[in-house]
Amino acid sequence: MSDWEVVIGLEIHAQLATRSKIFSGASTAYGAAPNTQACAVDLGLPGVLPVLNAEAVRMAVKFGLAVEAQIAPRSVFARKNYFYPDLPKGYQISQYELPVVAHGHLNIDLEDGGTKRVGITRAHLEEDAGKSLHEDYHGMTGIDLNRAGVPLLEIVSEPDLRSAREAVAYAKKIHALVRYLEICDGNMQEGSFRCDVNVSLRPRGASGYGTRTETKNLNSFRFLERAVLYEVERQREVLESGGRVVQETRLYDSARNETRSMRGKEEAHDYRYFPDPDLLPLEIDAGFVESVRATLPELPDAKRLRFEDQYGLSPYDASVLTATRELADYYEAAAAACGGEGKLAANWVMGELAGALNKAGLDITASPVSAERLAGLLRRIADGTISGKIAKQVFEAMWEGGEEADRVIEARGLRQITDTAAIETIIDRVLADNPTQLEQYRAGKDKLFGFFVGQVMKACQGKANPAQVNELLKRKLAG
Amino acid sequence: MALESGEVEKIAHLARIAIRAEDVSEYRRHLSRILEFVAQMNAVDTHGVDPIAHPLDAVQRLRPDEVTEVDQRERFQAIAPQVDAGLYLVPKVIE
Amino acid sequence: MHEMTVAELSAALAAGRISSEELTRAFLERIERLDPGLNSFITVTAEGALEQARAADRRRARGEGGPLTGVPVAHKDIFCTLGVRTSCGSRMLDNFVAPYESAVTERLAGAGMVTLGKTNMDEFAMGSSSETSHYGPVRNPWNPDTVPGGSSGGSASALAARLAPAATGTDTGGSIRQPAALCGVCGLKPTYGRVSRYGMIAFASSLDQGGPMARSAEDLALLLQAMAGFDPRDSTSVEEPVPDYAGELDAGVEGLRIGLPREYFAEGLDAGVARAVEEAVAQFRRLGAEVREIGLPNTRLAVPAYYVIAPAECSSNLSRYDGVRFGHRCADPTDIDDLYKRSRGEGFGAEVKRRILVGTYALSAGYYDAYYRKAQQVRRLIRDDFRRAFGEVDLIVGPTSPSTAFRLGERLDDPVTMYLSDIYTIAVNLAGLPALSIPCGFVDGLPVGLHVIGDYFREGRLLAAAHRYQRETDWHRRAPAGFGG
Repeated sequence: MSDWEVVIGLEIHAQLATRSKIFSGASTAYGAAPNTQACAVDLGLPGVLPVLNAEAVRMAVKFGLAVEAQIAPRSVFARKNYFYPDLPKGYQISQYELPVVAHGHLNIDLEDGGTKRVGITRAHLEEDAGKSLHEDYHGMTGIDLNRAGVPLLEIVSEPDLRSAREAVAYAKKIHALVRYLEICDGNMQEGSFRCDVNVSLRPRGASGYGTRTETKNLNSFRFLERAVLYEVERQREVLESGGRVVQETRLYDSARNETRSMRGKEEAHDYRYFPDPDLLPLEIDAGFVESVRATLPELPDAKRLRFEDQYGLSPYDASVLTATRELADYYEAAAAACGGEGKLAANWVMGELAGALNKAGLDITASPVSAERLAGLLRRIADGTISGKIAKQVFEAMWEGGEEADRVIEARGLRQITDTAAIETIIDRVLADNPTQLEQYRAGKDKLFGFFVGQVMKACQGKANPAQVNELLKRKLAG
Repeated sequence: MALESGEVEKIAHLARIAIRAEDVSEYRRHLSRILEFVAQMNAVDTHGVDPIAHPLDAVQRLRPDEVTEVDQRERFQAIAPQVDAGLYLVPKVIE
Repeated sequence: MHEMTVAELSAALAAGRISSEELTRAFLERIERLDPGLNSFITVTAEGALEQARAADRRRARGEGGPLTGVPVAHKDIFCTLGVRTSCGSRMLDNFVAPYESAVTERLAGAGMVTLGKTNMDEFAMGSSSETSHYGPVRNPWNPDTVPGGSSGGSASALAARLAPAATGTDTGGSIRQPAALCGVCGLKPTYGRVSRYGMIAFASSLDQGGPMARSAEDLALLLQAMAGFDPRDSTSVEEPVPDYAGELDAGVEGLRIGLPREYFAEGLDAGVARAVEEAVAQFRRLGAEVREIGLPNTRLAVPAYYVIAPAECSSNLSRYDGVRFGHRCADPTDIDDLYKRSRGEGFGAEVKRRILVGTYALSAGYYDAYYRKAQQVRRLIRDDFRRAFGEVDLIVGPTSPSTAFRLGERLDDPVTMYLSDIYTIAVNLAGLPALSIPCGFVDGLPVGLHVIGDYFREGRLLAAAHRYQRETDWHRRAPAGFGG
């Protein structure tokens, strides 16, 4: 059996989060009734003309800067000609020879702890097509053109990825990045972030590329991973049985977990690209680029390093907490408001809070416990007012009732007992109530120490400071 | 540049235009004549000449990102060949 | 009344000597009586016209409105008009009523003009004879056996027959100027981007330009004033202030340098046309212009380059006519490709299909560089020729068309011969320059057009030169027999 190297490149379509479409003033809001957001330009009615949305350009430039790419001082919109019912004009306005962004790169984390630099060949602006609805409309297909003309940034990677996991790591990194940049909402269910993956195999050590297939319609990272794994296996079998891989477009069928050839698409692959004569060359000057650069937020990699440095977090914790901009913002707000207890805040955000959010199916932005409130709780742990164990009770109450930590602690009397005399009184009573156990302990049965701790904590409803209880109990038991 | 009948049919398919079989030879004749005529361009050496797509050296103007359109579905679909439930209908498309 | 120019009608309306309603009724009556023999209108909007006329009269009575208020106009059926069918001369759009108004018709309506109807044209403006219309050929009032030129042949024919005092046209390769020449009227193709293309059905986007047609240069100036200007809905519209064309009209030609391209007076030019043009040049010389010969060496490449670029753009522009959202749909399509192919096969006429096929071929894989890219390189050479020439001269003068009106059917079977009808006009579109055609004589009873080309955005200078010429000559006042006073 030959040793194959997998070669993967990704084309990601990120829907840009503009209010209006790329070439018309129609709304891009998701979920409207069919064709109510398709204006004359989107419908390709005769005589109407496209005018480019400034915000789409700004967002493309922002992405380009974030991946350290070249921003083309001059780029050109071209028409990609083909007939399809959800493509109203019979062509898609895209960029072909001169894209707005070229030659960028992104580092992804590998499983062995290293990083890999993935080249970004280009990113270009284009318009989305509409939707074909294949439910039965009198035996016909229904066309909804609300999505026609929604701005897309197509991000094309170099064939630098070597495994399904790398492909997923790259896609996730781009996903996090476009959301950090606030240029795409990243909603994969609604189709705001879609991946097409090019896969080929070559004998390990070969320098040329094998014939590749392009698999479309991957609307989750899991499907991306599965589609790559399936396609690698399929191609391996073809090659090892002496066959040849056919260059084609394939569709991933998630229900069957397989990719299949898209019939008949091949013959039409003559897109007759040419510069769109209704649009003029897009010129972007250095001043514009700098004005966009000034709006760049701290990017995920930089933020992660800062978190490690500033809050003393492990690389793992820092990477989890910077996975999304919202989570990172929440964490930082909580850490700052609890007086710099970075580690404590990290434990709580990644532990109790993440667990509760996950259970409730909520996003961090919808957390019933705000960062400020969580910090209020963390402050009480830090200053010894409550123990970590009691804190979990308080958190639960805050989650359910939406109250501040201090109010919950006061209302339920959960304040930790730190008064030595008070604890000693409880200990004395416990020892008096359990003479048999006391005798056994003093006879050498050390294991009973835990029993006494439990009895004391029970007697004070868990409110005594555990460290203090241990110390005082040891002294009393020693007689 | 003379075209073959098969090429005419291929182009007609790309352009999604039905051409009756009996008309293919006339299209072939006309298209060949036109292509032969435009080949006169080859008389001039254009090596190193930058192509231009527009007569003026103008650049693209940008539009502010504002929603300016309102729903006009009813008006637009009044001129459509076949609609139902707000959708344009076409013969079943198989993916 | 029908013999009066726009400027004269404007003065009569202003003085209250006539009402717009009277005027409109008179033209509608002439259309009803005379157009059946010409077929210059596809749609006549009599009712709407009378309503607009009465509104214009009220406006004038209030002391409002401008020079064009109440003056009738005929629009080429390529400009979308809200609520009125816009067919573009095609079966494809026979049922198309635009849900919006074009910038040109909107501006002229805003100036108070009264729309008489929509004029006939070559299908999708592809042609030089107005014979390819789904609504039948247009005839030339000077001789009904000849063509009026095209594609704006309906507008030119209507003007010559005095069925309208003013009209609109579009010019992609000569479609305003060539029919103006063949019908003995005036037509101006403005600088590319001067007049908004919004709502004007596209043929070849980088070449198309709307413009005025009328019976005098002065009228062209009045109309252009209202049509021109920046439109944010058209990316190729130019943000350049619109000068006062009427104010520049009396600038004359004294001291102007006029260039005669030697390539325009070479083989292929009808001797009678050449004589008429030479006489017009002599007139300019007498008026104080300095005439010199110039060279536009790449002239012969213009038509070949154009017949790659225009079909390429049209093949893509016309893909939207697919029978899905508007326009013609074939009966009982069996599948989506059948829907496309038969709807387009039935909806488009032969010349449109030819051009779509040529353009599809020129853009297809393996041919792009040899055809499309090469043509765009040639386009630069042609533009550079003009740029050099305008370093030496202020205006370029020549014939608009190599011959006078030809007979109906004469050139239909040979597309290339038809294409060569536009040999002098096409280069101007490739370069994006302004140019006009005005009458300058007759050959065997058929009008000859004088072609005057200006530098970018110098429409004012063009109009002034034409106006000066028309103060000395009366070619533009001649009416075809049976259509005059």
